[in-house]
Amino acid sequence: MPLLHAPALHVHHVSVRFGEAEVLSDVSFDLDAGEFLAIVGPNGAGKSTLIKVALDLVTPLTGHAALFGEDAGRHPERVGYVPQLKTFDRTFPATVLELVVSGLRRSWPAWVRAAERDAARAALAQVGAEKLATRTLPKLSGGELQRAFLARALVRRPSLVLLDEPATGVDFLAEHDLYDLLERYQAVGGATVAMITHDLAAARYHASRVAVLNRRLHGFGTPDDVLCESCLKKAFGHLRHAHGIAV
Amino acid sequence: MTELWEVFQLPFMQRALLAGLLVALMSSVLGVFVVQRGLSFLGDGLAHAAFGGVALGLLLGVEQPLWVALLFTLVASLGIAWVRDRTQLSSDTAIGIFFAVSVALGVMFVSLETEYSVDAWNLLFGSILGIGREELLIIMGVTPLSLGLLGVLWGRLAYATFDAELAQTDGVRVRGLEYLLFALAAVIIVASVRVVGAILIAAYLVIPAASARLVSRSLSGMTLLSVVFGLVGTAAGLVLSFFLEVPSGSTIILTQAAVFVVAAVFARR
Ligand SMILES: Nc1ncnc2c1ncn2[C@@H]1O[C@H](COP(=O)(O)OP(=O)(O)O)[C@@H](O)[C@H]1O
Ligand SMILES: [Mg+2]
Repeated sequence: MPLLHAPALHVHHVSVRFGEAEVLSDVSFDLDAGEFLAIVGPNGAGKSTLIKVALDLVTPLTGHAALFGEDAGRHPERVGYVPQLKTFDRTFPATVLELVVSGLRRSWPAWVRAAERDAARAALAQVGAEKLATRTLPKLSGGELQRAFLARALVRRPSLVLLDEPATGVDFLAEHDLYDLLERYQAVGGATVAMITHDLAAARYHASRVAVLNRRLHGFGTPDDVLCESCLKKAFGHLRHAHGIAV
Repeated sequence: MTELWEVFQLPFMQRALLAGLLVALMSSVLGVFVVQRGLSFLGDGLAHAAFGGVALGLLLGVEQPLWVALLFTLVASLGIAWVRDRTQLSSDTAIGIFFAVSVALGVMFVSLETEYSVDAWNLLFGSILGIGREELLIIMGVTPLSLGLLGVLWGRLAYATFDAELAQTDGVRVRGLEYLLFALAAVIIVASVRVVGAILIAAYLVIPAASARLVSRSLSGMTLLSVVFGLVGTAAGLVLSFFLEVPSGSTIILTQAAVFVVAAVFARR
C-alpha cells in the first residue's frame, strides 16, 4: 500500500559493500515530495551507488530504500533516471527519437508509433532539443547527448527524477539551462529531483536539500545548514583525514 | 537465365539453397546482437564446441550425434556466459579457453574413431551440397522456434544491448536474457554446423551483421539489412560456386565479404 504522505525517497540505514570495501555505511535520510536534492561528495564517495540502491540496481547489505512508500524497483514508470554518460555504448546505432521512445516504452523500439513520436518530440522540445530527433547517437556532442538522455527520463513523466552528474561535460551556459528546465518540470507536476553534482555553488543556489556524502552521510538539510563553512570543514576535514582527498 | 533455373531443378541444390537461406535467416538476426555486444568470436568458439560434440557423438556411436553436440555446445556456451558474468575476464578470453579445449577434445575424439574422420572434416569445412533430409528437417524446425524467440525478445535484448543498467532499471531481466541468448546461439549453431560447417556458421554470425552495422542508423534497420545481406550472400554464393565449380561454403563467405567491402565503402560518406 502506498502511504499517503510517504517521502519521495526514504533511505533507511543503508550499507553497501563491494567485496571488502564498505562503500556506503549506515546512510539514512528522508526526502519529501517536491524537494530538489543535491548529493555532493568527492569521487568514490558512493554517490552513484546510493542512486543505484534507489533504482534497485544495487542491493544493500543492510537497510533498504523506498520510493513513495514502496520498495525500490517496484514502479520503474515513476522514476526517470539520467545515468552518467560514460556508461553506455557509444557505437550503438540509434536515433535520438528511438532513445527517447525507449524511455516511454521501457523496451527498445523496433519501430516508433505515431503517438510515441509525438510524446518523444514534446519531451525533446521540453529540453530544447527538438532538432536532435532524427540525429544518430554516435554523432552527438556530450551536451546534446545529455539533453537526449534527459528527454528520455522526462518522457514518462516521472514523479522522481534521479540524475548522476548531469552537468559533467556540459558547458556553463547549458548547465544553467539544465537547472532551469528541471525546476520548470518540478513546478508543473510537483516532481522530486535528486541529483549528484560537483558544483557546490549551484547546489547552494538551486537545491532545497543537500546531502554531503562520503561513505557516511556527513550532512543532510537545507543548503544554508549543510553548506556552511564549519559544517563543510567538519565533513571535508574528516575526508582528508580518512582518504587523503584534497577538496 | 534458363541455366540458372535449371540449377535449382537439382534436388541437392534445392536442399542446399533452402538450408542455406534458413541458416542465413536465423544467424543474421542473432548476429546483430553478437556483433553489437562485441561477441564476434562467439560463433567460432561455439561452432568448434559443436565440432567437439559431434566428434564425441560419433565416437560414442550414438544414432544422432547432434544431440551430444547440443549438450556439449550448451555447456560451453553457458560456461562462457558464466565466466563473463562472474569473473573479471573478458568474453574473448572466456571464448578462447572453451574454443581451444573443444578443438583439442574434438581432434582427440576423431583420432580415437578413425572410421568417421571424413564426417569430422565435413564438420569443420561444411558440406552444404550434401545435406540429408534429416538435417534439413532439423533446421526447418529450429528456424521458426529461434526466430519466434528472437522476435518476442527483440525489444528487451536490444534494450539490454544498448545499456544493461538502464534496461535493468526498467525491469528487464538482463542476466537471464544473456544466458538465454547464449543458449540460443548454441542451438542455432548446432543445428547449422552439420549443414554449413564450423567456419561458415561463424561467418554467418558476424559478416552480414557487421556489414549492416556500417550502413545503419538504427538497430531495427541493422537487423533488416543483416537479414537481406545474409540471404543475398547465400543465394549468390551458391549460384556462383555452381558455375565456377568452386567450394560453395567458401564462395558464400567470400560473397558476404564482398558485400561487407561495398558497405564499408558506402559507410565512408
Ligand atoms: N559494481 C562495483 N563493484 C565493485 N566496486 C564498485 C562497484 N561500483 C562502485 N564501486 C566502488 O565503490 C566506490 C564508490 O563508487 P561510486 O558510488 O561510483 O562513487 P561516486 O559516484 O561517489 O564517485 C568506488 O570506490 C568504486 O570503485
Ligand atoms: Mg559516480
